[in-house]
Amino acid sequence: MTVGAHNALDPAGKPPLRALPPPLFSARCKACWFVLGVLLLIALSFWSLDLQWAKFLSAGALAKMGRFLAELTQLESSPAFIRKLLLASLETLAMSAVGTLLAVVLGLALALPASKTFDGDPARWRGLARLVLNALRSIPELVWATLLLIAAGLGPFAGTLALGLHTAGVLGRLFAEAIENAPPGPSDALRVRGVPEGRVFIYATLPQLLPQLISYTLYRWENNIRAAAVLGVVGAGGLGQLLAFHMGLFQMGETGSILLAMLTLVALVDALSFASRRRMSL
Amino acid sequence: MPLADTGALRRDPAARQRVFWALASLAALWPLLVLTEFKPWLLWEDGALKPALRFVADFVPPKMDGEFLTLVARETWRTVAIATAGLTLALLLAIPLALLSVRVLSVSALTGRMAPLPAVVRQGVRWLLVVLRSVPELIWALVFVRVVGLGPTAGVLAIALTFAGMLGKVYAEILESGDAHPAASLLRNGSGRLQTFLYALLPQSAAELTSYTLYRWECAIRSSAVLGFVGAGGLGQMMDASMKMFNGSEVATMLIVFMALVWLADRFSAALRKWLA
Repeated sequence: MTVGAHNALDPAGKPPLRALPPPLFSARCKACWFVLGVLLLIALSFWSLDLQWAKFLSAGALAKMGRFLAELTQLESSPAFIRKLLLASLETLAMSAVGTLLAVVLGLALALPASKTFDGDPARWRGLARLVLNALRSIPELVWATLLLIAAGLGPFAGTLALGLHTAGVLGRLFAEAIENAPPGPSDALRVRGVPEGRVFIYATLPQLLPQLISYTLYRWENNIRAAAVLGVVGAGGLGQLLAFHMGLFQMGETGSILLAMLTLVALVDALSFASRRRMSL
Repeated sequence: MPLADTGALRRDPAARQRVFWALASLAALWPLLVLTEFKPWLLWEDGALKPALRFVADFVPPKMDGEFLTLVARETWRTVAIATAGLTLALLLAIPLALLSVRVLSVSALTGRMAPLPAVVRQGVRWLLVVLRSVPELIWALVFVRVVGLGPTAGVLAIALTFAGMLGKVYAEILESGDAHPAASLLRNGSGRLQTFLYALLPQSAAELTSYTLYRWECAIRSSAVLGFVGAGGLGQMMDASMKMFNGSEVATMLIVFMALVWLADRFSAALRKWLA
């Protein structure tokens, strides 16, 4: 009896039974190729990076790590330093708020030309505006911050602008999509009467979209608080700048306190957003 | 005559309120602007404008000679490699932690409440995942650069820890959101927890787990490029060096490469997800 015999139709005309389990690899198996590709990528990655596991896992490094952590837990809590910490936290919050606000203004200004509002709309600037939005979005806040430090100097202003530019790209794209998907009824009614485009947007499109725009904005603000906390590491103000400063001076007690403040801020924002989401969904 | 031109309707009936609220919010904004040292006019001062303009003018043309491009290509590969290696380590950490924290795999919960010890362990693992996730990778990288020195090792470790937290939490959520019935019947019939995972939970949600992991890989590439700015290797470290030298043409090339990399990773992971679905 040949191997192929089990493939023959049985007398009742039922479809053939699979007597053998599927082979482990067949050229048509998508998942097999995928797994193979992933394994290859992983192997190549580990092989090409000269990772210093020996250095990281040596007794010396582990002892250093332990000492480092022990020093971090000796939190600095003098009143003067706490005041500095509170001020930096406030600065971080202010950076995120002003940055988000800038992003809303700039994002909306770019979203209007980037959206095709009605069928006959020529939307001449759509391609260009979308390109600008994509460019703003694809450069992360931290890279924007280092670029802006040259013009704006060290301090929270550079960080605020960096947050604003990156978030403008993100929000602008979301806004443009929201504008294009708005129900056309009210704006068409105004347009038919000869109301100019600017007023059509303010009196028909914007009131319909406002809740959506606000929820996008709040969501990005939450993200920006987290981003603003670390952005300062390159010198752009807030808790991050304080962290980079004290870590650079090897003042580990202060560093530990700043890390704790950062984590508390992030946890507070997480808890607040979780609570408000739950309230809104109830 | 169109309605909009009649005198009575020309004025916005809510104009006064709108103006009031606009002014009130401006007043509320004032302390924030002071705190962020928001002084845009400083940007236009000679001392700030000239070096910035010279730097930006340097962007065109981007540096394109062969030697530099090979260097950029090598660093770009290292960025991808750091992300991949970091995510692999994150997976090695996240999968066991997710399995430990999944409630569906509890044997004692089959008959009423979960026993106290497993409940405490599961909650503890959840807390661990939250802590891992809530420390930003940049901070982990800063810490590891101190311990292992400059270079990709710090980046890989930073990505491994943060992404382990994210992946572990979401994996547990995905596994628990599936149908719990198959798992319960397997457990009731005496199969082990690992068997239950492999034959009841995994088949339901394998597609979702894979697509989430791919999405996270894309995020890891983005963050590994940024981690270079604190000295954790890859494209970011090179960009940081060029920026400190005010070398605009090099920065321009790297920005273009960076945007292309992010775009490619986005397209690639979207295509793969569609192909696997």
